[in-house]
Amino acid sequence: MSKTAEVIVIGGGIIGCAVSYYLAKKGVSVLCLEGSDHIGNGGSSRNGGGVRQSGRDPRELPLVMYGIRHFWKTLSEELETDCEYHQDGNLRLGKTEKHREILTGLTERAVKVGLDVRMIDGDEVRRINPYLSEEVTCASWCPTDGHANPLTTTLGYYKTARKLGARFITGEHVVELKKIKGVLRKVVCASGNVYEGETVVLAAGYASRKIAETVGIDIPMQSAMLEALVTEAQPQMFDQMLGTAEADFYGHQTKHGSFVFGGSSGLEDFTKDNGTPVCYAKTAPCICRGIIKYFPNLADAKIVRTWAGWMDKCADGVPVLGKVGEVPGLVLACGFTGHGFGIAPAAAHQLAELITTGRTDVDLHDLRYDRFHAKI
Amino acid sequence: MNTVNDRSRELAPFVPSPDDDMLICRCEEITKGEIRKAVHEGMWTMTEIRRYLRTGMGLCQGQTCAKLVKAIVARELGVSPAELEPATSRAPMRPIEMRIFANEANEAKEGQDDE
Ligand SMILES: Cc1cc2nc3c(=O)[nH]c(=O)nc-3n(C[C@H](O)[C@H](O)[C@H](O)COP(=O)(O)OP(=O)(O)OC[C@H]3O[C@@H](n4cnc5c(N)ncnc54)[C@H](O)[C@@H]3O)c2cc1C
Repeated sequence: MSKTAEVIVIGGGIIGCAVSYYLAKKGVSVLCLEGSDHIGNGGSSRNGGGVRQSGRDPRELPLVMYGIRHFWKTLSEELETDCEYHQDGNLRLGKTEKHREILTGLTERAVKVGLDVRMIDGDEVRRINPYLSEEVTCASWCPTDGHANPLTTTLGYYKTARKLGARFITGEHVVELKKIKGVLRKVVCASGNVYEGETVVLAAGYASRKIAETVGIDIPMQSAMLEALVTEAQPQMFDQMLGTAEADFYGHQTKHGSFVFGGSSGLEDFTKDNGTPVCYAKTAPCICRGIIKYFPNLADAKIVRTWAGWMDKCADGVPVLGKVGEVPGLVLACGFTGHGFGIAPAAAHQLAELITTGRTDVDLHDLRYDRFHAKI
Repeated sequence: MNTVNDRSRELAPFVPSPDDDMLICRCEEITKGEIRKAVHEGMWTMTEIRRYLRTGMGLCQGQTCAKLVKAIVARELGVSPAELEPATSRAPMRPIEMRIFANEANEAKEGQDDE
């Protein structure tokens, strides 16, 4: 088995799989190394499926918008996989004056970057979604937001990349990067295997920090646990993506009929880290209480499953994308901070462009690795 | 410990079979043929099959079909079923209404009052 390729991709999450796909499509030889036994076993198979622009930081918004214009609508066809993409808008809900302030602030920032998003009142909210409780008094409404199925989308990228000749090896845990004559070349695994490439894409989620450190690059990232749950199939109710001003829960109804909701207890930064993401007893009940307040109708919906996943939280909340001056050959793709699913097709496509042509359509300058500075 | 698994290893070619229409996962209505085809598309672990096809994600959470799915996947891969790890089971053990799940905080408070 050959251990060389033009590009070695570390991490088989949606980012690694999609980068592999866009590179393979351009005829580049790719080898993707996934540390766990399963493709997409990290955040990519555990997320809430939001494909959202509203609420995003203006520094990453152009990239998210690019993805929604160019990739999401045709992704199911392209990947020969039902990605279950719905573009029926996002309602970010508020009940109090404080919520209205938060939502108005987010909306104004996004409008400046050119996003079609606006504030609406409670009645208009209920015209869009009649199941919402009377307590909802306002929302931000972004009609071009949506949701998709993260499981099939991630595995769809893998499947088509593989079909185009990209090679994937699971159970191959990367421990070290090595330069030769000042240029990154080797990728060393715990198994003892060493792979070689001209370019190495580091897309290992939070674990990217430790791997980048082996060539002297430190990215300020921290892992934090996020949780989600799914209900039994319910009669078809609505197609929008939903969230709240305080981000206490978010979710949507899937094609299958079940509702997938994610949320938080407020204690996520301090959960026990025993190496695997295990649900915290207080979180799912807290998500349920949040949901019932907005959707009284769902109180009798049965929860069939709960799960948890790590997010790679970057110090300033947006990802780190692009080349590294000190380490020629290294391309970073990490730090997505709990919202790397919606942006994945655009981020991966643009990195494949960067690797093959040296240019990108969207300016990635604000997402550089060397943007972090001490406060004084 | 994870095992190194090269996903480009060649499998025996996919040959349609007369019982491909047989329902294997009854909750989600997934057939033997769909499972076999998924293996040839690269889904080589029980976890990947489940995430790709929804086998075992329905009401019974795989209690009925998990063994059958495993046997089909193993056969397609040319390995023994014992070599395949089952997909993770997840809480709750039985479906539970949101309004009941949501009570956790109240129960904790009531517990304190009793003391
Ligand atoms: C509960 C939850 C809800 C979320 N909801 C949303 C949402 O609604 N919308 C949205 O856009 N985003 C959401 N996210 C975030 C999103 O899931 C992630 O940002 C995205 O999946 C990141 O993809 P990735 O490929 O970078 O990371 P991952 O999917 O984590 O992939 C990294 C991969 O690298 C592998 N790896 C780790 N270490 C090594 C190593 N040493 N060697 C080799 N491989 C290694 C891991 O096993 C993993 O498969 C959510 C996340 C969670 C956990």
